[in-house]
Amino acid sequence: MTPTSGAVSNETAQKIQPHHDDAEPLSQRPVVCLHGISKMFSNGTLALSDMSLDVREGEFVSLLGPSGCGKSTVLRIIAGLGAPTSGHVDWPRSASGRDHKPNNAIGFVFQEPTLMPWATVFNNVWLPLRLAGRSKNQSRERVMEALESVGLADFANAYPRELSGGMKMRVSIARALVPRPQLLLMDEPFAALDEITRFKLNNDIIRLKERYGWTVIFVTHSVFESVYLSDRIVVMAARPGRVIKEVDIDAPAERGEAFRTSAQYAAFCRTVSETLHDAISASHREIA
Amino acid sequence: MADDTPPPMIARDPVWQKALRVAVPILMLVLAVIIWAVIVRAKEIPPYIMPGPELVAKALVNDWPTLYPALLVTLKITFTALALALIGGVALAIIIAQSSWVELALYPYAVILQVTPIIAIAPLILIYAPSTQAALLICAFLVAFFPILSNMTQGLKSVDHNLLNLYELYGASRLQTLLLLKLPASQPYFLTGLRIGGGLALIAAVVAEFAAGSAGEGSGLAFRLLESQYRMNLPRLFAALILLTGTGIAIFGLTSLISHLMLRRWHESAVRREN
Repeated sequence: MTPTSGAVSNETAQKIQPHHDDAEPLSQRPVVCLHGISKMFSNGTLALSDMSLDVREGEFVSLLGPSGCGKSTVLRIIAGLGAPTSGHVDWPRSASGRDHKPNNAIGFVFQEPTLMPWATVFNNVWLPLRLAGRSKNQSRERVMEALESVGLADFANAYPRELSGGMKMRVSIARALVPRPQLLLMDEPFAALDEITRFKLNNDIIRLKERYGWTVIFVTHSVFESVYLSDRIVVMAARPGRVIKEVDIDAPAERGEAFRTSAQYAAFCRTVSETLHDAISASHREIA
Repeated sequence: MADDTPPPMIARDPVWQKALRVAVPILMLVLAVIIWAVIVRAKEIPPYIMPGPELVAKALVNDWPTLYPALLVTLKITFTALALALIGGVALAIIIAQSSWVELALYPYAVILQVTPIIAIAPLILIYAPSTQAALLICAFLVAFFPILSNMTQGLKSVDHNLLNLYELYGASRLQTLLLLKLPASQPYFLTGLRIGGGLALIAAVVAEFAAGSAGEGSGLAFRLLESQYRMNLPRLFAALILLTGTGIAIFGLTSLISHLMLRRWHESAVRREN
């Protein structure tokens, strides 16, 4: 639970000079680096101010903060769904140059399941491959594997409205994992679900991460969820959206129900809660 | 992997309820016809004012050689106009959805055509059109076109933003986004336009024929209506009216069936839930 320096910093030197040498072997480079990202919306709101972040392969990073802290904005900028006002996003592993997001680099899970209601579960999961020009037969094996890994292989021919909220979210996760992305972005994916379903899906995420070696950036406003899942938690404050502190979760890689009830887990939750409270009061001072 | 339970599938109605669903409207119709017959007979209303149902039925059979060609003409105008309106409305909606500049340039004209009463431009169309049939077709087309255009445009613009983002994220081309996302997503809107447009096409085909005052061979049901009125041949007038109503119901039934077939698997409007 030590606050890390280096990865997040306001030092100007770091913004100008990306500190990852191109001579560094490809496999050791971070998956994505944010350098001094700021975002000003057209109405003048500063959604995000000078954020820097490196994410390494296999890391599970949570962005935790009150609403309005720009955590979803960061995700959208990384996904290329909106350009930053200043700063830049680096892809040190990209074959087409570090300024270019590699093809199929990203899987995105939205807060809503965001499924096409007119398409079957199979066709929804097939979508990323279909858009990349793969036929249904070429994709069948991978789509079914993805559905099997979220426990929905039997529902391939069902329509989204025949599924429960948790099952829809699983389909959404299967769709994100089917192109085998380097980086999985999850924007409060379980916020709308009940707690029991949420716990189950948290366990699924941990299991899938172990199986596929995912690198994940996970946006949440739940302290408990972020501690349970993450290797590192980036605590953010609002108005303007900014990083307050990073907390490393040096807990066993093996996460499960035992971890959820451990004293260690409780201690981490307390630390992160306190940091979050600082972040919230910092946000309030800004308005007052 | 246990999960929160999916919504229950729709329970099937028992057979007797299904039978009632068909029987009730039919019984109601039979009842109405009987009341009609009884009133005409009891009050001894002369047939040139109000014929009884049996006279109308007789006219429908006897005048079939006159009425049938007229029905075909009206049907042909209605369905050709509807088909053209579908093609034109959907195509223009797709063009409009591509760019707000195109919309700014074209949409006002579509609105002008819509708000101008068709009966008022009919004389002009009659002068310009090469034949009366063509004029009727243009009138029916103009009326059916707008609801399809406006609904389809609304549909293409109402696509879920997260889904649009998702397509952008996976590098979908404009064509892919149109074919796989925007067109399927606007199906419910399209079908609303189709139902409204189908009904209006028939109305416009009849109204335009009244305005055109077409006569003789190759005329539609509207002419036969007017003709029967001049000759005080009320049984035939009622028979023509029944044919028109039947056509309208058939169009409504057909468009509703298409709508049901397209939406039943996924859309909320086709779902019946028990609470």
